[in-house]
Amino acid sequence: MSGETKTLLDVDDLRVTFPTRTGLIEAVRGVSFSLGRERLGIVGESGSGKSQTGRAIMGLTPPQARISANKLAFDGIDLLTVSPRERRKLRGKRIAMILQDPKYSLDPVMSIGRQIVETLRTHEEVGKAEARDRALAMLEAVQIRDPSRVFNLHPHEVSGGMGQRAMIAMMLIAGPEMMIADEPTSALDVTVQLDVLGILDRLVSERGMGLIFISHDLRLVSSFCDRVIVMYAGKVVEQLKASELGQAQHPYTRGLLNCMPKIGADRHPLPVLDRKPEWAA
Amino acid sequence: MTSAIAVDRLEVIFDRFRALKGVSLDVQPGESFGLVGESGSGKSTLLRAIAGLAPVASGGIVVNGKTLGARRDKAFYREVQMVFQDPYGSLHPRQTVDRLLQEPLAIHGFADGEKRIQRALDEVGLGNGFRFRYSHQLSGGQRQRVAIARALILEPSILLLDEPTSALDASVQAEVLNLLEEVRKRRKLTFLMVSHDLAIITHMCERLMVMQSGEAVENLAAADLVERRVTKDYTRNLLRASDGFVRTA
Repeated sequence: MSGETKTLLDVDDLRVTFPTRTGLIEAVRGVSFSLGRERLGIVGESGSGKSQTGRAIMGLTPPQARISANKLAFDGIDLLTVSPRERRKLRGKRIAMILQDPKYSLDPVMSIGRQIVETLRTHEEVGKAEARDRALAMLEAVQIRDPSRVFNLHPHEVSGGMGQRAMIAMMLIAGPEMMIADEPTSALDVTVQLDVLGILDRLVSERGMGLIFISHDLRLVSSFCDRVIVMYAGKVVEQLKASELGQAQHPYTRGLLNCMPKIGADRHPLPVLDRKPEWAA
Repeated sequence: MTSAIAVDRLEVIFDRFRALKGVSLDVQPGESFGLVGESGSGKSTLLRAIAGLAPVASGGIVVNGKTLGARRDKAFYREVQMVFQDPYGSLHPRQTVDRLLQEPLAIHGFADGEKRIQRALDEVGLGNGFRFRYSHQLSGGQRQRVAIARALILEPSILLLDEPTSALDASVQAEVLNLLEEVRKRRKLTFLMVSHDLAIITHMCERLMVMQSGEAVENLAAADLVERRVTKDYTRNLLRASDGFVRTA
């Protein structure tokens, strides 16, 4: 069980605030959780603050936003006070992030192989030949059949599923201890989605990484993760074991589970979410 | 009885790429028919070809007994309207909801615009308060309701729905799906609906066609899919994928 292993990430009362013309907007309002070497899902609808939570941990919050927390620590390093220089050392090396759409998150004018090599050589002193070998091995590890061909391709020349595998390869090459995956499979077809999740699952358990899996799809997350955090309006409304999702207590979690069409369930009309103002309070 | 939509060995070719390779389809009036497949399977292309938005190379399309030529006339668009996937891209950013809804009325020369706009907004559950807003002032679900109102305002008999809820949150999706079912029942509409989500299609449609790389894989009743009476491996794969992730130890 993950609780026994040591804590990788400690988040206590995290807040992310954006100044706007009409005043301050709190995107994340007091989120607390901790992560060991496990798969943690963060689920919520658009605007629930789930992505901003991930970005704050990664240090990718836009400069105008303000972050505050009682504690935001990765492996004992205080992420709130760490210098940008130290932060850069962490980012990509010990904490990695996979984004939603490989079409936008890969460099369009650089071959896939070069991008992976670049990540590796930024964080480790390795020779060109060795870097290339390791990139090829990594491409093979994410089940790309012909690594040496894909190595030389540009992002627009590969499919979405292949691009996302390349992205995972790039993120894993420096051997991170923690990975944040922000909707890593939402842009992919259902069958490809499962392949990518399978790869991610295997690599996470083989390497003993901590994984934060951010998604809007409660059912997918619960089939993949050990633990799930449900967010609503910038707050955590419920934390539960993925296996106990059926016994969710919060009406929002239950509503979210209920409103999705299911094969074989004949429900007309579908139950809709009746949002209560006190959920956001 | 004449079919609402009859498609016969339709071929669509973009430059040299054959997006549809002889697909046939028959939808009865009042029926709700689903098209399922992965990206690139040609399901949206089929829908767009019927609406006159894709280059048809050969084959025939008959709508309500009328064979369609290369150009669609006005009468066709009174009968057939389309709702697109992305409500952020399908509404004019510089027109108010009122203006958006007036456009089809003006094109088709309706005199009682005022009444129709009010009724259309009521029907999709947006009150009069939304009438003079711009689309950027609306949420995704509200935008999709406006798009549905725009499609309904001409009182068509057929709606072509291209992934109408895939850009929406799950809870909003449920609301929009309920709305679509409600208007179909009330107006006895025929639906031809595209989705990559088998659960949505079995929820909304009585019959469906599974497509893969421009060809029909299999025609099924929704009940067959629920009972898992499928004959093709491809469909079986899609079904398995829609169950979620299964860890292979």
